[in-house]
Amino acid sequence: MNIINFTPISAFAGGLLIGLAVILFFVGNGRLAGVSGIVNNALVSKQNRTDNFLFIVGLILGPIFYVFFTKNNIPFLITSSLPTIIIAGFLVGIGTKVGRGCTSGHGICGISLLSLRSIIATIIFMITAIITVGLFG
Amino acid sequence: MMSKIISFISGTIFGVGLTVSKMINPEKVLGFLDLFGQWDPSLIFVMMGAIIISAPVFFSFRNKKKPLFADNFTIPTVKSIDKNLIIGSGTFGVGWGLVGFCPGPAISSLALLNTYSVFFVLSMLGGFLLTKLVNKIIVAPQ
Repeated sequence: MNIINFTPISAFAGGLLIGLAVILFFVGNGRLAGVSGIVNNALVSKQNRTDNFLFIVGLILGPIFYVFFTKNNIPFLITSSLPTIIIAGFLVGIGTKVGRGCTSGHGICGISLLSLRSIIATIIFMITAIITVGLFG
Repeated sequence: MMSKIISFISGTIFGVGLTVSKMINPEKVLGFLDLFGQWDPSLIFVMMGAIIISAPVFFSFRNKKKPLFADNFTIPTVKSIDKNLIIGSGTFGVGWGLVGFCPGPAISSLALLNTYSVFFVLSMLGGFLLTKLVNKIIVAPQ
């Protein structure tokens, strides 16, 4: 194993911001900021639909505000083929719906709540993702 | 009204956080998942930063009766480690590892007007709807 491209400071700073978003959503609205749940609910449920929609709009505007205020560009690279993208999208949609959470819902909110379910979910999706990259990456 | 403002601001800060941490970039995330190759541990620091802030607030707020701008807390009550949790999370991980996108960064990256992001998000929404449909047909309501 070689360690490369390691950016601990920006990673930690971005993590603090995500944590701030999570507590604001929790203290203000009493909800957990799990993105798969919010997007899924915006799609299939009438409950809190405007809230969910506005959260999603904010998620998309975040990078735009970042570029506007810092004048930095955002490094972004997808190397996968279109069929892989579509298969992966379906697997992420099905998996987060069946497993009821993603990196934010289980990985951040659930672990912060010391939920055993979320800790196990996070370990499982990390393992299958690492295996997938090992096989196909 | 306040809950809508909070939702918008939370989403925005979340999106800025994903950008600052560089997790909006699938290549960066794949670097983390490439544990046995050229490994980039950054994602661990993102999770640590987020958990360090949110865990203490969750625990100091859990005894409060209600949040500031809603009638009650809505936190999942399911505690069991069931087969859905394991199969679902395992499936999600495979999709995550194929491209390097999980739901948050995928949605945020729509800002970059990348065609592949759009296809990924549409497929993810397709996955949500497909699961809902299958649940309706074969799985008894829980």
